[in-house]
Amino acid sequence: MRTGSIHGAGPSGRTGPPAIDLSGRSRPGETVIRSVLFLSAITSVAITIGILIALIEPVVHFFGQVPFGEFFATEGTYAVLPLVAGTLMSTFIALLVAVPLGLGAAMYLSEYASRRSRKVLKPTVELLAGIPSVVYGFFALSFVTPTLLQDILSLDVNFTNVLAAGLVLGVMVIPTIASLAEDAMSAVPHALRQGSLAMGANRMQTTLRVVFPAALSGIAAAVVLGLSRAIGETMIVALAAGAQKNLTWDPREGMQTMTGFIAQTAGGENPVGSTSYNALFAVGLLLFLITLVINIVSIALVRRFRQVY
Amino acid sequence: MSVAATTREITQAVATGRSKDRNTTSLLFLGLLWFALFFGVIVLVVLLVDTAIKGSGRFDTELLTNYSSRITPETTGFRAGILGTAWLMAFTAVMAVPLGIGAALYLEEFANTERWWNRVIETNLQNLAAVPSIVYGLLAVAVVTLMGFSETGTVLGGSVALALLILPVIIITTREAVRAVPREIRDGSLALGATVWQTTWRQTLPSAIPGLSTGTILGLSRAIGEAAPLVIVGLAGAVRFDPTGIQSSITALPMQIYSLTSQSQEEFQTAASAAIIVLLVMILALNGLAIFIRNKFQRSW
Repeated sequence: MRTGSIHGAGPSGRTGPPAIDLSGRSRPGETVIRSVLFLSAITSVAITIGILIALIEPVVHFFGQVPFGEFFATEGTYAVLPLVAGTLMSTFIALLVAVPLGLGAAMYLSEYASRRSRKVLKPTVELLAGIPSVVYGFFALSFVTPTLLQDILSLDVNFTNVLAAGLVLGVMVIPTIASLAEDAMSAVPHALRQGSLAMGANRMQTTLRVVFPAALSGIAAAVVLGLSRAIGETMIVALAAGAQKNLTWDPREGMQTMTGFIAQTAGGENPVGSTSYNALFAVGLLLFLITLVINIVSIALVRRFRQVY
Repeated sequence: MSVAATTREITQAVATGRSKDRNTTSLLFLGLLWFALFFGVIVLVVLLVDTAIKGSGRFDTELLTNYSSRITPETTGFRAGILGTAWLMAFTAVMAVPLGIGAALYLEEFANTERWWNRVIETNLQNLAAVPSIVYGLLAVAVVTLMGFSETGTVLGGSVALALLILPVIIITTREAVRAVPREIRDGSLALGATVWQTTWRQTLPSAIPGLSTGTILGLSRAIGEAAPLVIVGLAGAVRFDPTGIQSSITALPMQIYSLTSQSQEEFQTAASAAIIVLLVMILALNGLAIFIRNKFQRSW
C-alpha cells in the first residue's frame, strides 16, 4: 500500500497531504475546499449513523408495546422467527446454486480462459447482475414455478414457493461470487502454478489443489458477500417466495422472508406509527445487523487475502 | 492480465503436448466449468425470450403513452412510470453525483490514511456498499420526515432513497478512476507551483472524467431497476398524471411492474412483460452509453 515517499508529499492517492507547505503563505480557499470535500466524505458515515437512528427509534416504540418474547417467537402476529427461517431457506437454496456455479465460472475465467475470451466472457457473466430484481421476481413467478417446476419437473409446488425464489436468487448471486472469487484466484502468484506444473501436475490438479487453497480466504469472502446479497434481496422473494409466515422444512411451500415482510408491510395499509408499522423497523434492524456482521466478516477475509501476497 | 494466458505461454514453452490435460477426469472437470460459465447465459436467454414472447402482444405506442388503467387492461400503459423513472434518475444524479465525487476526491487526494477517521470512512464505505437496498428505503423515510415533508411516495422520497443507495457505488468507481491518473501528472502540476486543489481541479479531475462518467452511469443503471426502496418510501403502483415537481406523487417503471404481477388478468401479465422489455432496453441503453464513453474517451497512460 505505502509507496516510499520521502516527504509524505503530494496527492499521490494514498500518501496524504504534503507534510511541508512550500508555498509559504496560507491559502484559506484551499482549507474551505478541503473541508467541503471532507464533509462529503463524512456523509457516508452519517448515512450509517442515520440508518441506525432511523431504525432504532421506531424499534424502541415497538418494544414498548410488544415484549421481546413475542417478537422472537415461532408464531403470533409479531413473530420474527418464521421470517428468519424463510430468509435462511431461500438463501440456502440460492447458495446451493450460486456457490458451485460462481466458483466454476471463476475457475474457468482465472485459470483456463485466454486473454481474449476472458475479455468477452467476464462482462457476459456480469450481465446477470444488471437485471433488475423485480424482473427476476417476475421470471420466477411466471416461468420458473409454472413452466420449469410444475410442467417440466412435475413437482407439486405452490403458486409461490421458496424453491423457485431460491433458485432465481441463486442465479442473481452468481456474478457476485464469480467476480470476487476470480479476483482472488488471479491474485495467486504465478510461481505457485509453475511449481505445481513443474512437478507434473496437470491444469485441473493445479487449479484444485494449488490455486484454490491459496485463494481460499478470498473465495470465502466472495461466498460471504454472496450470502449477504441473498439475505438482503427483496423483490424476488417478495414476489415469488410467498406472503404468509410459514415455519416449514418443505421448500415447495411458500415462506415469507424478512425482506418480503418489510416490503409487504410498507406497501400495505398500516398507518405510520402504528405497532404493526413499527414491526417492519424491528425486522429491518435485525436484517441490517445480520448483514452488517456478515459484511464485516467478508471485509476481514478480503484484507487477509490481500496481505498474503 | 490473465493469469492463465501468462502461465500458458510459459508452460507451452516448457512442455510440448497437453496429454495430461486430456484425460477423462480433466475433460469432465473442464466440461463442468464450461457449464458453470454458461448456465447464467442460458438463464438470461430463457428469461429474455420468455418475456419477449409473453409481451409480444403489447409492443405498441400505447404502452408508452397511455396511463395505467384497470378498466381497459388491453390498452394499459406505462407513461406515468416511464416519466417517473426519468424524474427519479435526474434528481438521484443531482444529489448523488456531486457528493460522490467530492467524497472520492477527498479520500484519494487529500485524506491521510494514517488517521483513524479516514480509515473509519474507508471501512464504512465498504460496508455501505453491501447494505440491503430495502434498508435505504427505511432511511429515506426518516430523512424525508426530518426535512419536514409529510407526503409519501413523492419524487423527493424516491430520489433520496436511490441517491443514498448508489452513493457508495459512485464513490468507489470514482476513486478507481482518480487512482488511475498517473502520479507524474500531479507531480508536474505541483512542481509548477499549483496547490493541491488546483492540481486536483485542473489536472486530475479532467483526466478522470471518462472513468468517472462510466462509473456514474453504471450506478444510475443500478438505481433505475430498483423497486425495493421505492416500495418502502411509499411510491404508488399506478398514478394517472405526469410528475410536476419534487413534491408530486409518482410511480416508477419497476414499481408498476411489481404492482401488475399481483393482477391475475392475462392482459396485465402481457403488459408487465412488455414493460420489462422497455425497462431492460433502458438499462441496456445506459450500459451501452457507459461502454461507448469508456471506449471513446478512455486514455491509457
